[in-house]
Amino acid sequence: MLGQIAYALPFLAQGFAVTLWVSLLVVVLSLVAGVMMGVGLVYGPAPLRWAVRIFSDTIRGIPILVLIFFVYYGLPAVGIHLESFWAAVLALTLFKTAQVIEYLRGAVGSIPKGQSEAAMAIGLTFRQRLAYVIFPQAFRRFLPPWINGVTDAVKGSALVSLLGITDLMHAINQVIGRTYEAMPLYILGAVIYFVVNYALSLASRRLERRFSFIRE
Amino acid sequence: MGYTLNFNLIWRHFDKLWGGLLLSLELAVISIAIGIVIGLLLAVWYVSAGRAVRTVIAAYVEFIRNVPLILLVYLVFYGLPTVVDIAYSAQTSFIATLSLYSGAYLVEVFRSGLEAVPRGQLDAGKAIGLTPWQRLVHVRLPTMLRITLPALSNTFLSLFKDTSVASVISVPELTYGAQWINFNTFRIVEVYLVVTAMYLLTGYALLYALRLVERRFRAAH
Repeated sequence: MLGQIAYALPFLAQGFAVTLWVSLLVVVLSLVAGVMMGVGLVYGPAPLRWAVRIFSDTIRGIPILVLIFFVYYGLPAVGIHLESFWAAVLALTLFKTAQVIEYLRGAVGSIPKGQSEAAMAIGLTFRQRLAYVIFPQAFRRFLPPWINGVTDAVKGSALVSLLGITDLMHAINQVIGRTYEAMPLYILGAVIYFVVNYALSLASRRLERRFSFIRE
Repeated sequence: MGYTLNFNLIWRHFDKLWGGLLLSLELAVISIAIGIVIGLLLAVWYVSAGRAVRTVIAAYVEFIRNVPLILLVYLVFYGLPTVVDIAYSAQTSFIATLSLYSGAYLVEVFRSGLEAVPRGQLDAGKAIGLTPWQRLVHVRLPTMLRITLPALSNTFLSLFKDTSVASVISVPELTYGAQWINFNTFRIVEVYLVVTAMYLLTGYALLYALRLVERRFRAAH
């Protein structure tokens, strides 16, 4: 049994690399899209605010699995052909973007209005207000939940195994298909996911404590 | 390329989706009910227990919360029967998994609620001569419930959405129904549009109902 698992380790490592790669892409892309849309939600004109609000509430209201299937099977039906890998990244990015929008809204919303007004009073432009006054303060509120939310990307990435992408989850199932060692391999997989995600949530908690000295 | 929406086939097989939705709700309600029992018991135990018990409960919570649900579903359905001599249907297996899963999330919600109950209330309970059990049932739990209701609603909603993972072990809930129609009729865009609408309507109706409960609860105190 141990021999078989040891034999499969390089294969599992490859799968794990795919899990990390998917997660990293999703985290970076959703950060960019989420911050932009979040700013649109807080400061944008009414139509933009409504569009972002509907986007976020829709995405957050459906299971990630439905979102993944919708993107994966739906896009080719309307003539857009993406590799399954990129379809999966796109679907997970949509899901994470909605989260980032809400983190940003919460973080920016927690900055007292006086800060913005003071910045306006000394003649800063909108961009300057964001860059020098709002974002530096909101950052401390944004970072801990955001890091904790990265675990959702890592956990969500396990669903891409259903599209035949050989991530850690799929690699485990394939090795089980050959060796029938279901329990040890699932436990091994659980431990790997646990270590990654637990490290992230510890980092999040530590940062939160570190930033907690800041008063309102 | 043009794609013409045609919902006829979706309506013809709508029983798959409707039955699926009902099963999703059933899975969610049963699992959440068991999860509430697990969560309440462990949370009450946690706040009054010594270090060893706390570590064990925390380990359960952290383990479940940091592992993908799909892996837990596979582990319980395909893994567990290979080492212990039990047999169960996919549905039972999923309910067991989601119960343990929701239990871990709910311990966290209830625990933080219990710790947020003001000390003065407990002292007041003691001062009027309530027994520890009475203090728990009449003071601590009601206050905790009021504090945790908003977080509780969100947890319920996300657990309802998590029932979609049951489709990976062929439990015929809503997502499974969607896939069935997807593969058998190829009205792909239509079926996912309808299913998205069904999840959204159910989810937000649930959330709205829970908000009403919250408001009523707040008014009562």
